[in-house]
Amino acid sequence: MNLHAIKAIYIFELARTWRTLFQSIAGPVISTSLYFIVFGAAIGGRFASVEGVSYGAFLVPGLVMMSVLTESVSNASFGIYMPRYSGTIYELLSAPVSAFETVIGYVGAAATKSVILGTLILLTARLFVDFSIAHPFWMIAFLMLTSVTFSLLGFILGIWADGWEKLQIVPMLIVTPLAFLGGSFYSISMLPPFWQKITLFNPVVYLVSGFRWSFYGAADVPVALSLAITGLLLMICLAVVWWIFRTGYKLKN
Amino acid sequence: MQPIIEIRGLKKTYASGFQALKGVDLDIRRGEILALLGPNGAGKTTLISIVCGIVRATAGSVTVDGHDILRDWRAARSLIGLVPQELTTEAFESVWATVSFSRGLFGKPPNPVVIERILKDLSLWDKRDTKVMALSGGMKRRVLIAKALSHEPRILFLDEPTAGVDVELRRGMWEMIGRLRESGVTIILTTHYIEEAEEMADSIGVISGGRIVLVEQKAALMEKLGKRLLTLQLQNPLDAIPAELADFPLTLSEGGRELVYRFDTQNERTGIAGLLRKLGDHGINYTNLRTEESSLEEIFVSLVRERA
Ligand SMILES: Nc1ncnc2c1ncn2[C@@H]1O[C@H](COP(=O)(O)OP(=O)(O)O)[C@@H](O)[C@H]1O
Ligand SMILES: [Mg+2]
Repeated sequence: MNLHAIKAIYIFELARTWRTLFQSIAGPVISTSLYFIVFGAAIGGRFASVEGVSYGAFLVPGLVMMSVLTESVSNASFGIYMPRYSGTIYELLSAPVSAFETVIGYVGAAATKSVILGTLILLTARLFVDFSIAHPFWMIAFLMLTSVTFSLLGFILGIWADGWEKLQIVPMLIVTPLAFLGGSFYSISMLPPFWQKITLFNPVVYLVSGFRWSFYGAADVPVALSLAITGLLLMICLAVVWWIFRTGYKLKN
Repeated sequence: MQPIIEIRGLKKTYASGFQALKGVDLDIRRGEILALLGPNGAGKTTLISIVCGIVRATAGSVTVDGHDILRDWRAARSLIGLVPQELTTEAFESVWATVSFSRGLFGKPPNPVVIERILKDLSLWDKRDTKVMALSGGMKRRVLIAKALSHEPRILFLDEPTAGVDVELRRGMWEMIGRLRESGVTIILTTHYIEEAEEMADSIGVISGGRIVLVEQKAALMEKLGKRLLTLQLQNPLDAIPAELADFPLTLSEGGRELVYRFDTQNERTGIAGLLRKLGDHGINYTNLRTEESSLEEIFVSLVRERA
């Protein structure tokens, strides 16, 4: 195991975050604050509560998840796309670094950043609403699992994309809509029965539901199912990454 | 001694169907500087990329210090540093950060003393905190060299290291390469500049159309393929070569004011003494004479032309 290489990649990637600290952290924190002001304060007054919690508090887990999902994807995809684009990937390909070590370095850094981001959003939210965390262990587990899974997805995207457009379009056309329709802002029990069924095909629903359960003990779908789906997504992403490195897909001639 | 790199039957066909390497066999001796000469598209970069693990070979094998590059890839790659042909550098990182990163990537623990020495050797020490994108092309090239040396490799590949580098910097780079060789590093460089090979290399490999045309120690190569010229400045210009001298391979130049005699360096008997005697016999006087050796460039051009 080339631990020095993992460390080098990890630190290098986090340093990139550090350099762009303002965009990386301030952006999501500000937009979260705006969500609270708009949804929580302006609209929230009309809903007394959802599933026994105030609408403002109900929003918190969903908003955290939404930022974590989109930021994980965009961060990890950028991290590996950049060296491909600039050509510096030659160094990684010629180094005594295995696929596994590469993934730990890149995905680890992106996931770390997402976890920090999620924590910051939680802290920001605390300024606006009062909420409690019923199962802190599971809260952290869901946060980390989601960060890792979607960072892997981002990594795959960064390898698949052969232009900046593709790199942007997947988060914009797939991840963000799924996140928005994943029950971040509402409980799916509020939807008409037909849409409830459709919604169940959206994997984000399970993530948000499980994450929300760790806060308030109530969920749209059974928490075991949430965990299983998250785990399944993780496995699929891992398998794809494994295949990419085994075949050299888009990495080697 | 076992060669440090052994290449056997190496072939590469790109996805486009183009065959860039058509069966390359090559041994590289430990501690030497091998210059790979070849026209554009000859397959130099492809060959290097395969040895370094960037491109997959279609057939054949490569071992690096006895380690197969596929089965024993970690050990093989740890020994190699690569300076790529293209100026591909990170943009936003400092020189120090990018060079330290490379060292870690190749599995070495951080060592500021080594990095400092490398940066000083390459005259980059003053720029250590500068972002790479703010450097000139020549400095970026040196950053790439620093990255390649950061993990103290035993073998260094330089793919056209001095392309587009001005003369002064080129000299500096040659000196650095010379120092590396003295410290026991094996160096493989590709180049268009024949004078570069002539100046630095111990061995010369010529590659053309995906095949190694020849590999030879430089001195032996010059000896074997070199031609020498003897030029005589005549006192009185000649209109034509006198019939008495028809046995000698002679030509007239400079409007008949110079007589040029071409002879093979391999021949023990150059025939010069005989020629000069005959000239004297026929009253052809000369005011000056000089000999010239053909350069590696001439040898190279004739080789590549021969095979084309
Ligand atoms: N990725 C690739 N796909 C298809 N053909 C390639 C690729 N890379 C190089 N080639 C071709 O292979 C030949 C050898 O290229 P290269 O090894 O770069 O030559 P050199 O470095 O000697 O100039 C060239 O004709 C080039 O066009
Ligand atoms: Mg080349």
